[in-house]
Amino acid sequence: MLAIYKRELKSYFQSMTGPVFVAFLIAFTGIYFMAYNMTAGYPYFSYTLSGSLIVFLVGIPLITMRSFSEERKNKTDQMLLTAPVSLGKVVLGKYLAMATVIAIPNIVFCVFPLIIKSQGTAYLTVDYISIGVFFLLGCVYAAIGMFLSALTESQIIAFISTFGILLVLYLWDGILSMLPSSAISGLIGVLILITIAAVYVWHMTDNPVLSGGIEIVGVLAGVAVYVVKSEVYENLLSNLLGRLALANVFTDITSNSIVDVTGIALYLSVVIVFVFLTVQAIQKRRWS
Amino acid sequence: MIEVRNLVKKYGDHLAVDHLDFKIEAGRIYGFLGPNGAGKSTTMNIMTGYLGATEGEVIINGHDILKEPEEAKRNIGYLPEQPPLYMDMTVREYLEFAAELKGIKKKHRAGEIAEVEDLVKIKDVEKRLIKNLSKGYRQRVGLAQAVLGFPEIIILDEPSVGLDPKQIIEIRELIRKLSKNHTVILSSHILAEVREVCDYIIIISKGKLMASDTPENLERMLGQHNVVEIEAKTSPSEVRRILKNVPGIEAIEIQSVGDEMTKGSIREKHGEDIRENVFRAFAAAGSPLLTLKVSGTSLEDVFMELTQRDTVPAAFAKKSGQTAGEGEDKDAGDL
Repeated sequence: MLAIYKRELKSYFQSMTGPVFVAFLIAFTGIYFMAYNMTAGYPYFSYTLSGSLIVFLVGIPLITMRSFSEERKNKTDQMLLTAPVSLGKVVLGKYLAMATVIAIPNIVFCVFPLIIKSQGTAYLTVDYISIGVFFLLGCVYAAIGMFLSALTESQIIAFISTFGILLVLYLWDGILSMLPSSAISGLIGVLILITIAAVYVWHMTDNPVLSGGIEIVGVLAGVAVYVVKSEVYENLLSNLLGRLALANVFTDITSNSIVDVTGIALYLSVVIVFVFLTVQAIQKRRWS
Repeated sequence: MIEVRNLVKKYGDHLAVDHLDFKIEAGRIYGFLGPNGAGKSTTMNIMTGYLGATEGEVIINGHDILKEPEEAKRNIGYLPEQPPLYMDMTVREYLEFAAELKGIKKKHRAGEIAEVEDLVKIKDVEKRLIKNLSKGYRQRVGLAQAVLGFPEIIILDEPSVGLDPKQIIEIRELIRKLSKNHTVILSSHILAEVREVCDYIIIISKGKLMASDTPENLERMLGQHNVVEIEAKTSPSEVRRILKNVPGIEAIEIQSVGDEMTKGSIREKHGEDIRENVFRAFAAAGSPLLTLKVSGTSLEDVFMELTQRDTVPAAFAKKSGQTAGEGEDKDAGDL
């Protein structure tokens, strides 16, 4: 695992991707910092950071796009998969290298609150927590990007699909407000989600019994709950899908100084799920 | 030792590997022979754990490649068809990465890398970026990666593709050298290459195992007869007359090539060597014999024969028959 981690990290900084990502993020944040904190005199660095969130939409796909698609295209994955290293370690090695690249600008950001403090009042706790959560959010996005990169041989497709998904997540709050809130639409939404899950299981396992079972049991349970207690479904869709607005955990801190611990747990779970899905996607390819 | 049991690989509806069964014993050089698309690379990819098999199992030194992948893979060095090289690394960096990936202890790494670099002769390019190397050197770096750590079994998929003749000879020498301490499995669609280096040939066609034996046994099994080519300074009818009384000849084919020159190919009866008798017959008749040689095409015939059929020939299925091949050379005129 360490061998892969070291190689990946080195390759980020031998190619332009690593430096470009770091420089871009720091430069962008620096401009906001000048505008909000220095010129306007606003004492929260966390607010500045929330402006930099948009850089992630382009920056994260930039560092995740090559991770597995390039290996597959150049057939170097043959070396990794035939080496006496488990696939989980290969994926983790690569993921940790990405996380390290994302960590570098965040370490630099730690200086900014101190600059504010030297000029007067600073809110160090909020600022440092927001930097930490900003980093975690980057890791969440990177896990999604890595998973998409494992699905394709083309870096371009990996980049665009990651960018698209991150953009949808970014705009999620607006999209969410358009969802209907009645109980029956909640039921329909849940049935669609169950079907998507069943199709995914079918695609991964080629097992019609298992996926069909999930679909039937899911639909029956969903309908049964609707018949017995339909009010459960009211606003369910926006509550459930509202969780997907991943950035909200971060913006709560930056705009309201509220730290949602369950949100941080959500971040970590999303990371674990996507690292796991990446492993599964590569395993699946070996059998098809 | 590798045991491949009932291996099947399907790509959708296409059957790439069709119930393969064979054993690889330690200390020999094995050749996987088959036309393009026969399933050689797929089989090797399954044996090394890169692909999963649809059915069947691969056991490497007692470890199932799927159930105990790390133990099994530790015994294997693999050079895929396209060497798995990172273009943005130097040769040295790449080998260091490969050594670490294979779990070679830090204190042994430098020594092993130096040894492998010497073996495949890439010491002088170790500081260059891989993307700037020629195809031949890239192949060697790939080979170095496979040999690194000196695993018991070394699997090479078409190791000489794209190399110049001198490099091909070097790589063959290297394979022979490796075979002293390792089991080597290589694949090729070129018969001459396999015949040159391998102790044992496994012929695959359309995903099926057609035959597996030593080159000599393969030739014998199909009942092939040696063919002796001659060239004499006399007329075709005279050649026929001279050869008439030589024992051990099954058939001859003769053609006139210009001014009082005749070329012929003589098929020997099984197990006979007629060259000496042919020489004496021509000498006694006072006709100059300009060429006399055994043509080595018989294994080629075995290969063509096997790879153009859909089923395993009876002779190979039973592993004893010597009947095939009779009456196949329709052009040959009988004496």
